[in-house]
Amino acid sequence: MADKNSFIQSWCTIQNNKINLNGETIFESEPTIGFADFAKAAYRNFGWSYPKFFKMDSLSKLAFIAAELLLKDETTNETETDIALVFSNKSSSMDTDVTFQESIATKENYYPSPAVFVYTLPNICMGEISIRHNLKSENSFFIFEKFNPGFLSNYTDVLLSTNRAEKVLCAWVDFYKETYRANFYLVNSTEGLEHNETTIKTLFNT
Amino acid sequence: MEAVKQELKEKIISVLNLEDVNPEDIKDTDPLFGAGLGLDSIDALELIVMLDKDYGIKLLDPKEGKAIFESIETMAKYISENRTK
Repeated sequence: MADKNSFIQSWCTIQNNKINLNGETIFESEPTIGFADFAKAAYRNFGWSYPKFFKMDSLSKLAFIAAELLLKDETTNETETDIALVFSNKSSSMDTDVTFQESIATKENYYPSPAVFVYTLPNICMGEISIRHNLKSENSFFIFEKFNPGFLSNYTDVLLSTNRAEKVLCAWVDFYKETYRANFYLVNSTEGLEHNETTIKTLFNT
Repeated sequence: MEAVKQELKEKIISVLNLEDVNPEDIKDTDPLFGAGLGLDSIDALELIVMLDKDYGIKLLDPKEGKAIFESIETMAKYISENRTK
């Protein structure tokens, strides 16, 4: 059992072309545009400069946007920050897996794309975030049928109470065929909303 | 040769998702990797696939790519001399 208090410092949701940060809508696009255009519009809106973003698959773009909003004041390029990543979803990397499969489906048109192939694992999105934020921390990616606040909060409390991390970025980040949802929240040991299953369910309306 | 160079610039931008780069930004002799366009090893593999798919050129030894992918100039020359489609 965890013997350290834990708190939710900040949280972010992204779905239906809308981004909420700490309960406030900070960006939204027409609901009719696809995720790729929404993600590009969000990137431009926040004035980010990270060309690698455009090479990412949809799952990584979704995770990148949410992480960028929660970690922008937490990390620097100069020093490492001990923020663990504990992510989860239902669809794994299936959206990109299907794209890759289609590129090798016929003998006549067999051109496997290396740039697509590298995203055929769900935990690659954590790698993208780790590179961007200079993190060399604990990270785990779990596949669940649905968002599992109880598991994530227990796992996070163990990481904090055993000093495996100073903070933990927790996430449900799911993308498949243009249906997507990101629930991200940053947990620390000092201040914020009480970190437990009930609070998480309330913040993310689950 | 000039047409191939222009086509290559457009293809590279599209295939490698170079969102903020325009064809006119790429000089024929600019290095594609490192200080130039800043392409990485995955981009190199993607260029090898592009040579095969669009020009019918199979690079069996990826090490050959170093000289071929030095710049638009070297790529265009190699493609003009070796293309099968």
